[in-house]
Amino acid sequence: MTDAAIGSLPIASAPPRRDIGLRRRYAAERRFRWYGLAAISVGLIFLVVMLASIIGKGYTSFLQTSILLPITFDAQVIDPQDRRDTDPSVLVKANYPQLARDALAQKLGIALDDKPQIAALRGFVSDGVRTQLRDMVVADPSLIGTTRDVWVLAGANLDSAFKGQIDLEVAEGNRKVSDRQIGWMDQLRAEGAMAGKFNTGLFTYGASSRPETSGMGVAIIGSLYMMAIVLLLALPIGVAASIYLEEFAKKTRLTDIIEVNINNLAAVPSIVFGLLGLAVFINFLGLPRSAALVGGLVLTLMTLPTIIIATRAALAAVPPSIRSAALGLGASKTQTVFQHVLPLATPGILTGTIIGLARALGETAPLLLIGMVAFVADYPKTPLDPATALPVQIYMWANEAERAFVERMSGAIIILLVFLMAMNITAIVLRRRFERRW
Amino acid sequence: MPMIYFLAIVLAIGVAAYIIGRGRAAAQTGGAQKQHSRPHYHGWWAFMLAALPALLLIIVWSVGSSLYMERHVEAQLPEQTADSPIASRSLALGMVKSLANALRRLDAQALDNLPATFAELQPALAAKGAALAPDTQDYMIPIATEANSTSDTLRLTGGVLALALALGGAALGIRSIQPRARARNNVERVVLWGLLGSSMIAILTTVGIVLSMLFETFHFFSVVPPAGFFFGTVWDPRFAAAGATDSAGQFGLIPLLAGTLYIALVALLVAVPVGLMSAVYMAEYASRSVRSVVKPALELLAGIPTIVYGIFALVTLGPFLRDLSAALAGGSPFIQAQSIFTAGFVMGIMLIPVVSSLSDDIITAVPRAMRDGSLGLGATRSETIKRVILPAALPGIVGAILLTASRAIGETMIVVLAAGVAANLTLNPFEAMTTITVKIVNQLTGDLEFNSPQTLVAFALGITLFAVTLVMNIVALYIVRKYREQYE
Repeated sequence: MTDAAIGSLPIASAPPRRDIGLRRRYAAERRFRWYGLAAISVGLIFLVVMLASIIGKGYTSFLQTSILLPITFDAQVIDPQDRRDTDPSVLVKANYPQLARDALAQKLGIALDDKPQIAALRGFVSDGVRTQLRDMVVADPSLIGTTRDVWVLAGANLDSAFKGQIDLEVAEGNRKVSDRQIGWMDQLRAEGAMAGKFNTGLFTYGASSRPETSGMGVAIIGSLYMMAIVLLLALPIGVAASIYLEEFAKKTRLTDIIEVNINNLAAVPSIVFGLLGLAVFINFLGLPRSAALVGGLVLTLMTLPTIIIATRAALAAVPPSIRSAALGLGASKTQTVFQHVLPLATPGILTGTIIGLARALGETAPLLLIGMVAFVADYPKTPLDPATALPVQIYMWANEAERAFVERMSGAIIILLVFLMAMNITAIVLRRRFERRW
Repeated sequence: MPMIYFLAIVLAIGVAAYIIGRGRAAAQTGGAQKQHSRPHYHGWWAFMLAALPALLLIIVWSVGSSLYMERHVEAQLPEQTADSPIASRSLALGMVKSLANALRRLDAQALDNLPATFAELQPALAAKGAALAPDTQDYMIPIATEANSTSDTLRLTGGVLALALALGGAALGIRSIQPRARARNNVERVVLWGLLGSSMIAILTTVGIVLSMLFETFHFFSVVPPAGFFFGTVWDPRFAAAGATDSAGQFGLIPLLAGTLYIALVALLVAVPVGLMSAVYMAEYASRSVRSVVKPALELLAGIPTIVYGIFALVTLGPFLRDLSAALAGGSPFIQAQSIFTAGFVMGIMLIPVVSSLSDDIITAVPRAMRDGSLGLGATRSETIKRVILPAALPGIVGAILLTASRAIGETMIVVLAAGVAANLTLNPFEAMTTITVKIVNQLTGDLEFNSPQTLVAFALGITLFAVTLVMNIVALYIVRKYREQYE
């Protein structure tokens, strides 16, 4: 071949450039990407805003304003007729708020006969001081006649004022704290006799009509009872059901119905389970209303499908070679499942169980129907006693008008979220640590 | 002696049978014959023989005897007449029951010389902390004492029978231990039955849901005609005054259904585009590091309880939107604090992770080859997604949307807190409307008499909700399953 030969060939001219709209298409591509990013950001931004709003409203609830008062346990006030040796009930009925009021007046330098000033002290100290001092005296009657420095709770409005949540620009008549009380508050603060203390009451008190003495104690106990019941019932039943369906059941019409059923139950609205609990457990079986037992049973039925679905997935992930090996060595079918397959599936089962429990812990709607919306001041001693649950307590505080309850409610949400987060993180860690890829 | 003691004794006998049986079987090993089952299977079989029949007897006996006692006491009550002091027979029955319970608190001496009239008896009972209805009748006292002794006898007989059964079973189990006895097969058969029984609980739950709600709904429809419920456009249940018959009220489902669907629609309008786009981005574009941050964050969003969303809507978002609209309109707000929009929007946010995780599964299930084919022909990534992947995934996505819609319809706490309680019929998304779930909660969280239509309507609403969501779930699960099979 020579150059001439090539030259004689027709020279292909470059094809005319077709307009395939690349510029437009790449722009569309970029836009599409942006839509995706925007969609993800919507979810994340909302998450951040919601958490920030709740934490912003709730973090102050972990501090409760307290006042240090030198309380004189005056026998003249507690037991004017000196009958406490014969009649111990005197100590229970005594006028303890007066002790606190006198101590406060003394601390602020107000004369006890200065009626208008004394009247302005109303609400400065929480009414909860009655039980606080009473319990001290009943536990140790020798306190009478002595003077002790005691931290007592401030009233709810003073607590808000101390935390700077009350706008002092508002005219005095339109806010719940008078200028005089603010003056006293500043005086006590300067002396170091008024300070925010860690709010243990939030975790221990029961229901109360006063914000500063209401807490989630009863709700936490109720929720613990319910979680224990769910764990004791739903885990064994759920695992047993999954083992049957995954390892033993032949494909028959019955097992088909059970499968469809379980998938459906997982998607049934939770409130329907509440109706079931009301009709069957309370009206038909006669179990008590508001009891943690009924709540636990309802949540068990609700959690079962979640656990069954997770357990079946975990069982199905165990490779058949394990089963064949066990069977080949002479193990029976039951021995194979219980001694070889089940232990290998345990991490998956536990993960599913924890996630199911977390969902049950946050569930509110069915509990409203079985009477858990109750004003319960005393700790439930057994699962048959009236109790509330954490989310129900949040719901009840949401219906209160006072600002201090909103603060407690947000604090309760933070605690609930911390619980849930801890459970979910446990589940994730379990999955990461023990998950085996075959 | 309460049944629980018998229960404990039966279990103790079972444990003893296990220990003895295992020991006996272990003693036989190493004999001339090889053992069929390991010793602990013999122990378990003895335990099962001892405990299971006796436990079953205790359960059946307890239920049966309480039913019998009810009949027995009711037969002794005098005929109900117009001038009976107690309004109804069931009320009288309840009084006898609580009287019988109260009498159990008295000691033997007090029980031997019971006064004949309730007026004399009451202080003694009150001293023991038993509060009874003041119009408890004198004739009830002998009935109650007799009922107590009968039920004591019944319980004792049942308990002794159960103990005898347990001992017999234990003896049988221990005697039957021989080297060739097939204890393992027996135990495994019982275990299998236990497993089957556990899986039946799911069916029992569904049956329980349907039956209990149907029963109360029929009750409700005997007072309110079904047509008035299903086609009524006014919801005004009024409060049932005790004994009043004219306070029927109106129970129209339409406004509630409209509110439910409207709010669900708003929620889906938020959740479906956002959720779907996030799923697409996560599946097709996101780098590994982005995915490892965003995925857990979205899961976190899914793990937050709905009451938290509801409270956010009630306390923060609702008032914010109201004030914002007031500022925009210059004065009066056009968005109410509780509105369809607020509830629907927050619910939509709640559903984003649901949509995105369901569609993520579906998008990643589309075969690689389809993607590669489209990209190889020169399509851009977004064209591949829009023209190839999404159409291929469409049936699955429709199923996912249906599942999400059923979640939206059944959601309770967000709407209870954010949607309002007034049963309006309106098209304005900034006004309040109420939903089926809100009304179920409202009707059942008061101190209402249980048998009034005001309470029973909750069950009619519940079964409507159940039926609607059930149909949606079945269709959705069917579509999703069919779709999965298509590419497997």
